[in-house]
Amino acid sequence: MQMSGAQMVIEALIAEGVDTVFGYPGGAIMNVYDEIYKQDGFDHILTRHEQAAVHAAEGYAKASGKVGVAMITSGPGFTNAVTGLADAYMDSIPLVVISGQVPMSLIGTDAFQEIDAVGISRSCTKHNYLVTDAKELPRILKEAFYIASSGRPGPVHVDIPKDVTAQMAEFDYSNPIALETYKPTIKGNSRQIKKAVDAIVNAKRPLFYLGGGIINSNASEEIRRFVSMTGIPAVETFMARGTLRYDDELLISMLGMHGSYAANMAMSETDLVIALGARFDDRVTGKLSEFAKNANIIHVDIDPASISKLVNAHYPIVGDVKGVVLAMMDSIADRVDRSRYVPWLETIANFEKLHPLSYQEEEGIIKPQWVIERIGELLGDHANISTDVGQHQMWAAQFYPFTRARQFISSGGLGTMGFGFPAAMGVKRADKDRISINITGDGSILMNIQELMTAVESNLPVINVILNNQYLGMVRQWQTLFYDKRHSSTDLSTGQPNFTMLVESFGGVGYEVTTKAEFDAALKDAVEKNVVALINVSVARLENVMPMVPSGGSLFNMMLASKEK
Amino acid sequence: MADARRVISVIVINEASVLSRVTDLFSGRGYNIESLTVAPVPDSKYSRLTIVTSGSIRVSEQIVKQLHKLIPILKVYEHADLVEKEMALVKFPVSENISDIGMLAAAYNGKIVNVGEETIIVMVADEPKRVSNFLNLVKRYHPKEIVRSGSVALER
Repeated sequence: MQMSGAQMVIEALIAEGVDTVFGYPGGAIMNVYDEIYKQDGFDHILTRHEQAAVHAAEGYAKASGKVGVAMITSGPGFTNAVTGLADAYMDSIPLVVISGQVPMSLIGTDAFQEIDAVGISRSCTKHNYLVTDAKELPRILKEAFYIASSGRPGPVHVDIPKDVTAQMAEFDYSNPIALETYKPTIKGNSRQIKKAVDAIVNAKRPLFYLGGGIINSNASEEIRRFVSMTGIPAVETFMARGTLRYDDELLISMLGMHGSYAANMAMSETDLVIALGARFDDRVTGKLSEFAKNANIIHVDIDPASISKLVNAHYPIVGDVKGVVLAMMDSIADRVDRSRYVPWLETIANFEKLHPLSYQEEEGIIKPQWVIERIGELLGDHANISTDVGQHQMWAAQFYPFTRARQFISSGGLGTMGFGFPAAMGVKRADKDRISINITGDGSILMNIQELMTAVESNLPVINVILNNQYLGMVRQWQTLFYDKRHSSTDLSTGQPNFTMLVESFGGVGYEVTTKAEFDAALKDAVEKNVVALINVSVARLENVMPMVPSGGSLFNMMLASKEK
Repeated sequence: MADARRVISVIVINEASVLSRVTDLFSGRGYNIESLTVAPVPDSKYSRLTIVTSGSIRVSEQIVKQLHKLIPILKVYEHADLVEKEMALVKFPVSENISDIGMLAAAYNGKIVNVGEETIIVMVADEPKRVSNFLNLVKRYHPKEIVRSGSVALER
């Protein structure tokens, strides 16, 4: 069928089952927006900034497991979106981001709103395309969705010049994808799997090291079965929170820079690390030469480049973690002797008893950790938890009682302040029946505060809970600990908006909270009213995230409690 | 970690931007490429790149893995046992001892390929190290311009 490039974009999105596009129009993408106006196959949500469009698409993708789609114009529209692309790239989130470009005849002439978009996105996308002919569009869009969602997922950027969206060509979306040079390895090598299983059976102190790849692989059910059938304890990375239920007896907690004492000590004492979809990030390992020093390492990952990148794997297995774990379960069958691990589990229980994740309550002031726990008590499984970046993010990862995969949506690899609110809008869009909470700080929330307008207008009732300590708290914490308390540019006490007036001017509801009772009332009210809300919670100003492995330190050398008052 | 010279061949789909995808992996890590040659593979839609670089083994290995990950890349060869050749063109003033230069070039698989009114051009093709030796030897004949092609390599 003959149609314009712009119509092809619409037809391809519908064929891919897209129900939501987040975006912002502009000159170079107008032909496509004209076709969006005419169609009713999907909804378009107008964000108020292109960065937010991409973060919303990320939140949508993370909560739904589907490919998130964002649409933007050329030049500044695109450059605004780059942070979102980089964020998705770091956290392996499947996205297709479509940008307008100046017409082919003007490319390279410093035309109005021209920038070399594919040149910029090359290093922060899984793949990108500059479409030079409309007849290429069906193939490219189909490949884009396939590449984004297969193998190790990631963002794919498609840049389309304005004349190409006007050009007429044949549209046929039924051609199969023929990518000779891209064939991700899905099935793990069975001999390697057998060897790994033997290592598991023979280990005395094995430990599951669960990573975000499990969430991407939709493998949390299989992992839960594997953990419970073997009786082997597990630590989760930040990205894997929710893989096991918070109350699973075999879950030690999160490991890493702000991991629990027990999780980090278990990693230091284990004799066999079973890494599933984890990539040995520096925030997890601390000092590499001391990381899991006594252990052999099984590393299952779909990305061969992740294996032995930082820590040498004794049993490397390239493949999709779900299939590999199913094969491991088959092979291990009844060969596990649970009594073997009893002393190991006792050791871990002692670690947990010695220094549990905890905080000190103080009279007359709300502790930020309490807020997280309280949201958990009141909403638990009914909420999806997005976060921004900083102290509040770490407390959320430490203290929220996660019950399922895809419940925790946060910017892990890139650490993007301003991620949380737009992502929570995408989450709400993907999972309408659950409450979408954004746990944020007084620094982060202002980085995409304009999205209040999007949320109100598009009826995406996100509840933003601001843990307001009037500091850029995580940087302040480092300044306190490592820069002799020189709080350079982190004290926000003289730079606070009136959050309630702010949200109300956009048509949402604001709450000022200084007591626990006020917090309960505010959260209940916001949930009942089902509105866009800002709950501004005044919390203890100088609370530090603990435990903490100082940057570059060894996991077993943790700072345990804040002495600062 | 010791830096080692490495020769990597990459088979890529012959399309716009593929060269940047490859070289970005080096530049993003602050790695210099010593030489790089590209030409189409006959009767196919592919091109072959030969890259000579030096750097720590760990980073080189990582670059090779990342090269595999790039979508339009078919194969990556890290050469251990290889035949490697390079060509050089050198321009001399005709006032120099042309017969000496011609003899030297012949010892390095080369010859005089162009004679003009004021200059001659000599071609040599040999292993990169030997090409360097040749260029050192002929310094005394006051070469006016030198161009090296960069290496091409095949596994034995």
